[in-house]
Amino acid sequence: MASGNAAQLGVGGTTRRERPKWLKRFFANRSAVIGLAGVVIVVVVSLLAPVIAPHDPAKQYFDGLTIEGSPLPPERPFWFGTDLLGRDLLSRVIFGARISLLVGVVANGAAVLIGLVVGVAAGYFRGVTETILMRVTDVMTAFPALILAIALAAILRPSLWIVALVIALVNWVWIARAIYAQVLSIGRREFVEAAGALGVGTMRTLFKHILPHLVSTLMVFGTLGISTTVLLEASLSFLGVGVQPPTPSWGGIINESQSYFLNAPWLVVFPGVAILLTSLSFNLLGEGLRDALDLAERR
Amino acid sequence: MIRYLLQRLLQAVGVMIGVTIITFLLVFLLPADPARMIAGRSATPATVASIRAELGLDRPLPAQYVTYVKNLVTGDMGRSFAQKAEVTRLIGSRLVPTMQLALAGILFELLIGLPTGIMAALRRGTAVDQAVMAFAFVGVSAPQFVVGLLLIYFLSYLLPIFPLGGYGTPLHVVLPAITVGLAGGGWYARVTRSAMIEVLRQDYVRTARAKGVFPTKVVFKHVLKNAVLPVVALIGLDIGVFMGGIVIVESVFGWPGIGQMIWQAIQLVDIPVIMGGVIVTALFVVVGNLLADLVYPALDPRIRYS
Repeated sequence: MASGNAAQLGVGGTTRRERPKWLKRFFANRSAVIGLAGVVIVVVVSLLAPVIAPHDPAKQYFDGLTIEGSPLPPERPFWFGTDLLGRDLLSRVIFGARISLLVGVVANGAAVLIGLVVGVAAGYFRGVTETILMRVTDVMTAFPALILAIALAAILRPSLWIVALVIALVNWVWIARAIYAQVLSIGRREFVEAAGALGVGTMRTLFKHILPHLVSTLMVFGTLGISTTVLLEASLSFLGVGVQPPTPSWGGIINESQSYFLNAPWLVVFPGVAILLTSLSFNLLGEGLRDALDLAERR
Repeated sequence: MIRYLLQRLLQAVGVMIGVTIITFLLVFLLPADPARMIAGRSATPATVASIRAELGLDRPLPAQYVTYVKNLVTGDMGRSFAQKAEVTRLIGSRLVPTMQLALAGILFELLIGLPTGIMAALRRGTAVDQAVMAFAFVGVSAPQFVVGLLLIYFLSYLLPIFPLGGYGTPLHVVLPAITVGLAGGGWYARVTRSAMIEVLRQDYVRTARAKGVFPTKVVFKHVLKNAVLPVVALIGLDIGVFMGGIVIVESVFGWPGIGQMIWQAIQLVDIPVIMGGVIVTALFVVVGNLLADLVYPALDPRIRYS
């Protein structure tokens, strides 16, 4: 978790013209750059999915199954093999990137937004608002995220947006706590007190004096959090309460193939590696940003 | 000290009350109608209404909540819609397998995380350090169901060392425990590494080295004790993520624990069982956090109870 005095460090004392120091630090960090490259690849693959995919991801190919009706191992023309219905796995994994990324980004964006509003409201207005919001946050941290998410998703009957919403609902609490701690420490500092004394309005104080100090924290959570939301989406889809077939999602592909995977391990390996690489890339990118922006946990 | 203990205990009770309120609200504000679900699609409105009355679902929400909590305190979580058994009994029968898996998982978590974290810190900046950190990132980012399925493929199917799944002998627990332990192990490796590096920097370590204490002895006597013991207590803080992992692992390996119960209940929309499962796993988290908060300062004298 970001330390309480991280706010003082801000985005780094740079003037407008020179290239910010944090960018230099970021690009000097090899694993951060690897993470960025991985994220760019996933984004490009999902944007260009219809162009890159060699086959129609939904088409059940007549020659996509063996004579006995089993899926084909990785071999030309199906580079990743085929699934139980004779569909091209490579194309399904490519189109799956869209779903994973969409749900991951939307869910994390919503979680960051909720966390920001809750954290700022509790830290700035204090009093009853603070007590209520932070106690609710305490309670929410007691729920194991995945268990709460599957319970919610199951009762709500999942669609893509519901899955994203559910993931956001279980993920905002840590963000809210970090933002709250930071707003508390900013609020104590002279410029905020001065703004209050000069009669600067609440909204203006929030947007001009508080929010700019939260930018680095938001950048870190905005990227790092996606590694968690992508994994959660995959887990929900694997348990059958996530994105529903026939939409190809990585967790869903593995769920469909689970009964047959001992004979066709590629059905688990390729989507599994895709989940791993996506989550890993966002993780490396987020940690790299955290280090570059000096929000690292004290070491 | 006693005051801190009581305060912390009260706080935990408060959180648990909050957990029951939120669980209750979530389930009953959602569009699903339990009475209709029990009655089935072809039921007449009259049947649905009588089931609703029987379950007390026609009463106002606060009244329903009070009854629910009253029963909960006496250990009554209602009856399963699907199995007509008491939820408390169902959970009771699942508790032992989940505890076994949790303990074995924590053991693997420590077996994986501590040595690698220690090695990385002692060889900081070398290839060993980089390899450990790479492993830690992969461990945390790898989806547990994929790890589990691949372990089954390699170590149960290609090389039939372990059973394909199920419950019973000590051999059954190995693969599920490794699967749960891997993610936690990656996290642990990082935490241990940071804690070690922090301690290695302390003056007393430098003093010990300067006065010529044998290097291995410095590590074992001064560094490990001060760095690693407190880290162990962090298990209590990670229990939420850990319990989530157990649901996945139990359903991959067919392990008859609480996670599998929740998953099965979810497919049948068996609301009392889902609620019971969520509340019990939240209880695990609250107790874990409480223990961590109490044990951590005891292991690290620099931190005071406050």
